[in-house]
Amino acid sequence: MIISSRRTNILLLLGVVVLVVVPLVFIKGEYGGSDDQGTAAIEALRPGYKPWFTPIWVPPSPEIESLLFALQAGLGAGVIGYVLGRIHGAVSARDAQKKSTPGNVAH
Amino acid sequence: MHIMEGFLPATHCIFWGAISAPFVIQGGRKLQRIMRDQPQMRLTLAASGAFTFVLSALKMPSVTGSCSHPTGTGLGAVLFGPPVMAVLGAIVLLFQALLLAHGGLTTLGANIFSMAIVGPWVSYFLYRLCRTMGLSIAVGVFVGAAFGDLATYLTTSVELAAAYPDAASGYVGAFLKFFGVFAMTQVPLAIAEGFLTVVVMNALSSKTHVLEELGLVRGQMS
Repeated sequence: MIISSRRTNILLLLGVVVLVVVPLVFIKGEYGGSDDQGTAAIEALRPGYKPWFTPIWVPPSPEIESLLFALQAGLGAGVIGYVLGRIHGAVSARDAQKKSTPGNVAH
Repeated sequence: MHIMEGFLPATHCIFWGAISAPFVIQGGRKLQRIMRDQPQMRLTLAASGAFTFVLSALKMPSVTGSCSHPTGTGLGAVLFGPPVMAVLGAIVLLFQALLLAHGGLTTLGANIFSMAIVGPWVSYFLYRLCRTMGLSIAVGVFVGAAFGDLATYLTTSVELAAAYPDAASGYVGAFLKFFGVFAMTQVPLAIAEGFLTVVVMNALSSKTHVLEELGLVRGQMS
């Protein structure tokens, strides 16, 4: 079942691009992470707070960290692409079969 | 929304862990039931999990000059119900805690509660509300996904305020401080998440009977 038209989808994707690009172009900022700002807010409320537990493993450099984030996004996107390919492949195969065997068409 | 490792007092970690655990267990059972009774849904289920995996990895720039990430839990919450997302979200958070030092094991319960429980339930509830009001599936998915995203960050602010009340303004003041950090950054990203969720949901359902089979629309199955 179609829930949004092709035109709507294109507009929605353009909307995502606009929402992300407009800040980058027009707003000056550090572009740090809000999660880190949350941590900074804790430190502002409790100066000198020391976390009582530290991560078991920390990516050794920002490069390795971005590698792992890219891997996470890449794996997810790969799975979505695979699923969409399978679903649409199955649909076209079914349609092709219906065409090649006209006897199956309901009268 | 990730509360970093060691940044919640141990009692709070146990509290949020104890609250989240039953939801994750219930979700595990629901997941098993779907795999057994509707094996044709496995691919769609995988795509729902993968969507959270992708979106929670994307740190996007926002109007405040900071970056934040969407959660991607609205899609699965609408398609399969919120319990399933408790499990899928927990897997994502565990991955990030172990491999990215993002979030943490001690704060896992609190992070599961905000991203994998409250967010999906808000998405699901608002989607149903929109549908009851006669709005289209697309509008319902957009509203559900966008507000589920915001609800996740709101919950994180509550969790942080409960642990770090402000000396002068108390719990409410601390909540406003924490939510102030997240809110403005998150609004445009929540809208973007709503848009993306509609597009992906349409891609999954446009040529199939996924929505009919999952009972989201009444319709003939062929």
